[in-house]
Amino acid sequence: MRGIVSAAGYVPYRRLERAEINRFFGTGGGKGTRAVASHDEDTSTLGVEAARLALRASPDLEPNALWFATSTPAYLDKTNATVVHAALRLPSAVAAFDFGGALRSGAGALQSALTNAGAVLVVSSDTRNGLATSTDESLGGDAGAAIVVGDDGQDGDVIAEWLGSGTATDEFLDRWRIPGEQRSKQWEERFGETRYLALGREAWERALKNVGLAGDEVDQVIITGMHARANKALVRHLGIRDGALRDDLAGTVGQSGTAHPGLLLAAALEEEAGRIEEAGSGRVIALVHLADGADVFLFRTTNALGSFQPARTVAEQVADGAPVTYGKFLSWRNMVDLEPPRRPEPQRVSSSAAWRSESWKFGFVGSRDRTSGAIHLPPARVSMKGGATDDMDPLPMADAKGTVVTFTVDRMVYSPSPPVIFAVVDFDGGGRFPVELTDVDDGSLAIGDRVEMTFRRLFTADGIHDYFWKAKPIRTEHEGEGTE
Amino acid sequence: MSSHGIRDRVAIVGMGCTTFGEHWDKGIDDLIVDAAQETFESAGLTKDKVDAYWFGTAQSGMSGITLARPLQLENKPVTRVENYCATGAEALRAAAYAVASGAYDVAMALGAEKVKDGGYQGLNSNNPPNDGTARTLTAAAMFSMVAPAYGAKYGIDEEQMTDVLATISSKNHFNGARNRRAQFRKEVSKETICASPRLAGGLGVFDCAGVADGAAAAIVVRAEDAHLYTDKPLYIKGLSFVAGSGSGLIDPDYDYTHFPECEAAAIDAYQQAGVTDPRRQLALAEVHDCFTPTELVLMEDLGFAERGTAWKEVLAGTFALNGELPVNPDGGLKSFGHPVGASGLRMFFECWLQLRKEAPPERQIETDRTLALTHNLGGYPGEMVSFVSVVGTQLG
Repeated sequence: MRGIVSAAGYVPYRRLERAEINRFFGTGGGKGTRAVASHDEDTSTLGVEAARLALRASPDLEPNALWFATSTPAYLDKTNATVVHAALRLPSAVAAFDFGGALRSGAGALQSALTNAGAVLVVSSDTRNGLATSTDESLGGDAGAAIVVGDDGQDGDVIAEWLGSGTATDEFLDRWRIPGEQRSKQWEERFGETRYLALGREAWERALKNVGLAGDEVDQVIITGMHARANKALVRHLGIRDGALRDDLAGTVGQSGTAHPGLLLAAALEEEAGRIEEAGSGRVIALVHLADGADVFLFRTTNALGSFQPARTVAEQVADGAPVTYGKFLSWRNMVDLEPPRRPEPQRVSSSAAWRSESWKFGFVGSRDRTSGAIHLPPARVSMKGGATDDMDPLPMADAKGTVVTFTVDRMVYSPSPPVIFAVVDFDGGGRFPVELTDVDDGSLAIGDRVEMTFRRLFTADGIHDYFWKAKPIRTEHEGEGTE
Repeated sequence: MSSHGIRDRVAIVGMGCTTFGEHWDKGIDDLIVDAAQETFESAGLTKDKVDAYWFGTAQSGMSGITLARPLQLENKPVTRVENYCATGAEALRAAAYAVASGAYDVAMALGAEKVKDGGYQGLNSNNPPNDGTARTLTAAAMFSMVAPAYGAKYGIDEEQMTDVLATISSKNHFNGARNRRAQFRKEVSKETICASPRLAGGLGVFDCAGVADGAAAAIVVRAEDAHLYTDKPLYIKGLSFVAGSGSGLIDPDYDYTHFPECEAAAIDAYQQAGVTDPRRQLALAEVHDCFTPTELVLMEDLGFAERGTAWKEVLAGTFALNGELPVNPDGGLKSFGHPVGASGLRMFFECWLQLRKEAPPERQIETDRTLALTHNLGGYPGEMVSFVSVVGTQLG
């Protein structure tokens, strides 16, 4: 039996209230909110955070491959999946590939993983952009998703069995974007709607036929794609039961493009896991994705879903957002240039130096002196306690939680989004690191606050992204996760 | 550890110091020539009579040629040194040891910094190519973490702490107002200081050192030769230096209320100099007040006040110009300004004036004490270098 072994979504902390757009420009906007990646997040870091959550829910899992899909890659030419790979501390024998460019690549990667062998970690993420006041700006969203596909028993317990898929492919122009541009363009909406309706029905019927199910036997239906009208129109043609259609998070997160199928699938599984005692297992979930064709996936939940414990559910993350002003949003998206602090901008990162410190820079792995137990962040060869030399064990600290010992707010230093909030953090179980904080508002931090580490992009110079870790406040600490 | 020191073996016989400030009309060469000329004249000799040179600059030039070219030195050994904000002190330390070793009869230490050509406010450093994981905080932000930590440890509320820090700043502005070479020569009230906008943590602009161009220099000779050059030499009693391991940044035991590197340097210097009760033996102390909380904590690290009491001593005026132990009578980094490579030597210059009773009357310290201390630090809480010296007018 092949299927989903683990799944998680990542929704960034910030939310833009769509009405803000209209308040500012007198046009555009809409109802609800969209999720906004912070100035220090990109599709690679969104992917890392989603993958960390998926692997945390399934700690013994060792993927055989990592596939990363996005329509808004941080790099071209250079593989972005290797950044995710390094941040997850995966061994070199695990191949990392990008599925690049098209909005369909997230669903494509999932389909490929399902028909592949071994445990495949499928990571997808997007930051959706558009010109100010556009529908894309308002209805788009930023998110990441990670789905681990594997064989039951061999790769862990399958929580949702893959029953089969159905697909339909067609070459037609509905939505397009020239590489490097922020703005996507769209043909007359009605044309795309007509095509997607036909392709969606075709793929849906093909999928049902492949697995021998009828439309009304599907318990949960996810329909997603960037063409909102087509999504809505298709529902009526699938023969599904009333109430089977799931919320597509358009009103809270927005359409996160490549990531959205994975995000909604993770959310559906989390919800099923939460109510398995009442609703039972064996429930059928359909995922329908409309992009340059249609892809339909059918899954059936298993008993193992009952012991699936999400590290942080999509629903929790959706609820745990904080507003970002429209001005900040525009500056974070490079739609408007703000006056930077009058300080030198950072120099580019040295490629060779970054490579030498890969496990520190990307993996946040320190070292612990075998004799004194002293924890060194970054790792050191000579111990600060007792002076033992070359006698340390690597110590992964990315999942360690900590407490703010003291902090400051730097209003002078260069930052893509000043001011810099900086704290001295003592980790549970030992170790101290002075580190920049993120996803926190000036004035809201206090000594004693709990924080966790998050993978971020500090800045970009000469086209080189500087990835490293920051700390962010823990706002919902699960029972048993805290210190004594 | 053996730190024998060179007590009474080397003497400063000439000094010079430019005005510190925004010298838009002077380059590093001008600053060097101005400080060197004054120093040669002070010792009554010419550049050819100096056997070896140590040149301190943090970022205004590379190699000894930065000094040799503007002074047109011929076939002289010139060494460029750098040790963060203790760079100028480090130049003097090297020159003094060279003379003490017998390698040279006469040596000059000159520190200079041209800061104001960078086009940015504040001090900025150029780091070697790196992996991009190092902190990029300003020094002000790093030092701003000291005040709340100190306050929490000793039960001082925010309002009291603000008053303590403003007292330090106001005192240094008061002193600087009596110094024609200082960058800021105006008294500033505590009210003005407290009302200034915050730059980093609780620190405002009046809590931070002035950023200035400048140069200062000293000529050192063997103590027995000192009276060939001056009737009032300053004898070097002790020179200590500590480069921290940086472990304070990652050691959970470090609490940001003291600077261990400074404590260690002070103990060493006092031992070399035979100082046992600095508060009662020193005529003055020139300390590295890069930020007001730094000066507060240094009063304890240097042994001028018991742990947890410096804030009361500050409020009591112990370190004021007319106090029991005047600290930074020349205005300190706060109002004299901080040309990184020159600051260490600038501190010696104030000792030179004060102990020889040559300071202007409005800030001359009336005392029969004959010893003075200078202190530098560079870096951040948890990761710093520290220098401490003791000089005096009497042998023995």
